[in-house]
Amino acid sequence: MSVLVFTENWDGKFKKSSFELVSYASKIAEMLNTSTVALSIGNVTEDELKNLGKHGADKILSVTDERFNYLENQAYTSVIAQAAAKESASVLVFANNNMGKALAPRVAVKMNAGLGAGVDQLPKSTEPFTIHKKVYSGNAFGNVIIKTDVKVLTLMQNSFMIVENQKDGAVETFAPEVNEAHFKTKVKDVAKQTGQIILTDAEIVVSGGRGMKGAENWGAIEELAEVLGAATACSRPVSDEGWRPHNEHTGQTGKIIAPNLYIAAGISGAIQHIAGVSGTKCLVAINTDKDAPIFEVADYGIVGDALKVLPELVAGIKELKS
Amino acid sequence: MKILICLSNVPDTTTKIKFTDDNTKFDETGVQWVINPWDELALTRALELKEDAGANVEKVTVINVGLANTEPTIRKALAIGADDAIRVNAEPKDAFFVASQIANAIKDQGFDIIINGIESSDFNGSAVGGMLAEMLDLPSVSAVSAMKVENGAIVIDREIDGGKEVLSIETPFLAVVQKGIALEPRIAAMRGIMMARKKPLTIIEAVDVQAMTDFVAYEMPQPKPPCKMVDADNVKDLVNLLHNEAKVI
Ligand SMILES: Cc1cc2nc3c(=O)[nH]c(=O)nc-3n(C[C@H](O)[C@H](O)[C@H](O)COP(=O)(O)OP(=O)(O)OC[C@H]3O[C@@H](n4cnc5c(N)ncnc54)[C@H](O)[C@@H]3O)c2cc1C
Repeated sequence: MSVLVFTENWDGKFKKSSFELVSYASKIAEMLNTSTVALSIGNVTEDELKNLGKHGADKILSVTDERFNYLENQAYTSVIAQAAAKESASVLVFANNNMGKALAPRVAVKMNAGLGAGVDQLPKSTEPFTIHKKVYSGNAFGNVIIKTDVKVLTLMQNSFMIVENQKDGAVETFAPEVNEAHFKTKVKDVAKQTGQIILTDAEIVVSGGRGMKGAENWGAIEELAEVLGAATACSRPVSDEGWRPHNEHTGQTGKIIAPNLYIAAGISGAIQHIAGVSGTKCLVAINTDKDAPIFEVADYGIVGDALKVLPELVAGIKELKS
Repeated sequence: MKILICLSNVPDTTTKIKFTDDNTKFDETGVQWVINPWDELALTRALELKEDAGANVEKVTVINVGLANTEPTIRKALAIGADDAIRVNAEPKDAFFVASQIANAIKDQGFDIIINGIESSDFNGSAVGGMLAEMLDLPSVSAVSAMKVENGAIVIDREIDGGKEVLSIETPFLAVVQKGIALEPRIAAMRGIMMARKKPLTIIEAVDVQAMTDFVAYEMPQPKPPCKMVDADNVKDLVNLLHNEAKVI
């Protein structure tokens, strides 16, 4: 038996979520009294692979076949299922992000496994296997029993603390069988941001709403993000207006994020916006309207003009850091 | 080309979520049911493609797994412009159950593109699309934010963390779509509503499939402590609180 973790790298470096996942998986392995195996697909150095061992991976399977340079759902599904069979995995863990959402349901069907999508903590029990997940876009939670022998889980990002848990982390090259017929998509172009913090992976996010009045005022948001090492986000009307790019829109119909700190400036706090950020640990709201619904969900609030408050916040944080 | 849209029937996004029967059942009292927002955008995009002569779409079908009470939602999709509809007569038990029902209902129908929304706003599973693709042994592309037909070829934008990829793919395939696929959901016009009544809605009996998961109990989020207010003249206090109390900076 084992718990198999699907990791993701970003230009050869593991994403923060992958360390979260390995930490999480090794805890489940402890509950089941078994070992943790991490699967890595892509070009990752041995040293970086070994980092997974620090967070609880007993073994690391590394696939470097170039045909996997781009995500091809059927081909990846087959590799993961082969790895799971080889390691007799009884639990498979993915991140609840773009890649995890693309692969976990396919893998679940292929392995006759029940899927627990978007879990936010360790299973409440392993007999029966009961998971906890958000439902109704964060307005409630559900306890769900997975009845099958093999279980597939996707873990909400930022919902489990990375822990140090040094294990062997032996790296093993894995050469799965590859079916050429699985490669049906051709990548024609890639536009990737580099050097910027990825919104869904960010620990701190600074976000602006319609109350920021216009694209010309975003300097303050960017400056605050800069001093905090944060990513920037926005509400839907802001991206609809074209003040900010669409990939920054958070909410029910945009990105769903769960950072440690979310600073909402000039955002009213509509239920659809909150649905995208309800997993945030600490939410700060800056709004001129003391009755804005955002204050019902915020941990800290300032009633005031964001255009005035943000620069003062920047100054305060600079002072703190110096 | 024939396009299929999988529709989920969900509570309106502003619904106050409540449960009954000792927190084991969703309280449907007074709930307005709507087409899941992403499925509505998927339908909108499919109709736009149908109107584009170059795309060569002959038919847009919608399918829902649900009991008779989901028919108003299905009719709404027909009113917006879908050509016909299928309802698999069963209470949706879990994603695996729903995907199995859809796979069975459409397996011989030769759809060229099957589109699912990224998640349904009730169980947030993001699962039916991927499961269905695996069951039908179809290629799938997830996180799709644009879909076009260029000189007869399908061109797709796929969101990746911090960017996007442009892909081409041959039919048949399944797409799981999200933000960007269409700008605003299309609204049914009076004429559409009238026509929807006459459009075909086929009812298919469910096949015997066991769900793989059981919802045992719901929980409401813990009531959170009230928001701590900081005076706008003392922004530094906020910095201190974030540093010393919340320990997030
Ligand atoms: C099906 C559906 C899905 C949706 N999905 C999303 C989604 O995913 N994400 C999303 O964000 N929205 C979504 N919406 C829209 C949502 O309902 C709200 O309309 C939107 O979130 C409001 O954005 P906002 O807070 O920026 O703007 P507003 O609601 O206009 O709020 C602006 C706020 O700024 C404050 N303000 C004004 N001036 C200042 C100032 N100088 N300083 C500080 N504060 C100021 C105002 O008091 C107000 O509270 C969705 C809606 C629907 C129907």
